[in-house]
Amino acid sequence: MTDTKIKIENLSFFYGKKQAINDFSLDIPKNRIMSVFGPAKSGITTLLRSLNRLYELIPDTRAEGRILIDNEDIHAPSVSLTQLRRRVGMVFDVPTPLPMSIFDNMAYGPRLSGIKRRSELEGIVEQSLKMAALWEDVCDRLDTPAASLSGGQQQRLCMARVLALKPEVILLDRPCSGLDPISTAKIEESLQELKKQFTIVIAPHNIQQGGRISDRAVFMLSGNLIEEGTAEEIFANPTDKRTADYITGRFG
Amino acid sequence: MIRSHFDEDLKQLHREIVDMGSFVETAIASAVTALKSYDVERCKEIIESDKKVDEMERKIESQCLWLIARQQPVASDLRQITTALKIITDMERIGDHASDIASLAIRITDRSFFPESEMIFEMAAAAIDMVNSAVMSYVNYDMELAKATEEKDDIVDDYFNKVKHYLADVFSTQPHRMDVAIDYLLVAKYLERIGDHAVNICEWVHFSQTGEHKSTKIF
Repeated sequence: MTDTKIKIENLSFFYGKKQAINDFSLDIPKNRIMSVFGPAKSGITTLLRSLNRLYELIPDTRAEGRILIDNEDIHAPSVSLTQLRRRVGMVFDVPTPLPMSIFDNMAYGPRLSGIKRRSELEGIVEQSLKMAALWEDVCDRLDTPAASLSGGQQQRLCMARVLALKPEVILLDRPCSGLDPISTAKIEESLQELKKQFTIVIAPHNIQQGGRISDRAVFMLSGNLIEEGTAEEIFANPTDKRTADYITGRFG
Repeated sequence: MIRSHFDEDLKQLHREIVDMGSFVETAIASAVTALKSYDVERCKEIIESDKKVDEMERKIESQCLWLIARQQPVASDLRQITTALKIITDMERIGDHASDIASLAIRITDRSFFPESEMIFEMAAAAIDMVNSAVMSYVNYDMELAKATEEKDDIVDDYFNKVKHYLADVFSTQPHRMDVAIDYLLVAKYLERIGDHAVNICEWVHFSQTGEHKSTKIF
């Protein structure tokens, strides 16, 4: 068992009076891929957004319980929200390229964090694009608009943009929705490399993807943790009937 | 680079099956040598080593099932994994027969009665050659070699008939040696079955490349 990177303790989450996550506890190991899956409205996106406090952009929301990253409570007053979101990057289901060139998309975060030297930025851009398996596709056209890339390339650009900030944790919320099988396979393949350096928490876009890429997986239903275990345990021998029914397509 | 981890898993599966094939081939060759030299210690080692064959089979089965559950293989990938699951059953049976022959070799104490025992050893050489070729056809997915190996089964069957007729004669003319004659007949039968299992392996090699098994398109 590797070290725990993220420890979630008794997390409950509320949108106004509506509770979306109920007393949820989970250890997320370092340098592994943890899949969080379940039917719609199970609280999966909310859970992911809790890990870098992205929900704070939404009014009238409230989290109870503790989330520790490297034993530090992310809700502690001393934690800088900007720093937290640098440490815990997020890729969304729909690619969100900024209306600028590929290079500027990539350099946007590093520039904001104070890096100005062109050579340093170029180094970060190249390294991050390589990690996201996009460098070979775009190295000769970095000054073209990011919007000219295919959907799969745009999504890998978004991954690379997160990587450019040198995060510790990467959250991916159904990053392959709407992508063709080749683009999906490229992203899945790069995740296997990325986990060597980062901790990855992903909401897979289907159960099959969860089975292919996860080291561990957790099944959520109506904001509750139903079952957690190794990918082998969850996708081959789940112990809870609800998990079994869901992964075999019998409910959900 | 796409699905390179899955491809690596498939290559690993292939390597383990080749290892299992080599292991059982060595086991039969050893059993036959032990029979020839009446080497009881070696026979015991072969019987013991059958546990390892069973372990190899379990491990490969498990790998195949995980690959199916987690990677959802289709087309040639699914054929490859199905082939793996089928041929390890035949390899495991070949391993069992090596152990069976070793058990008989311990029991056969009167070997002088069998002046034509060379016939059995020639038959064994033909059966071992079939296993070797079957494994090689799997190593390289070589359909021509697979086909040629299937045809060699007639040679092993011919040997079996010759041995059977010879032993039938022993039964009628030397009834006091019937026990050991029966043991030799069993050895020959195991060798004949080993040839059949080699044929099965070749048929699945053919399936892995074409989706056809015994001329019937099944996938």
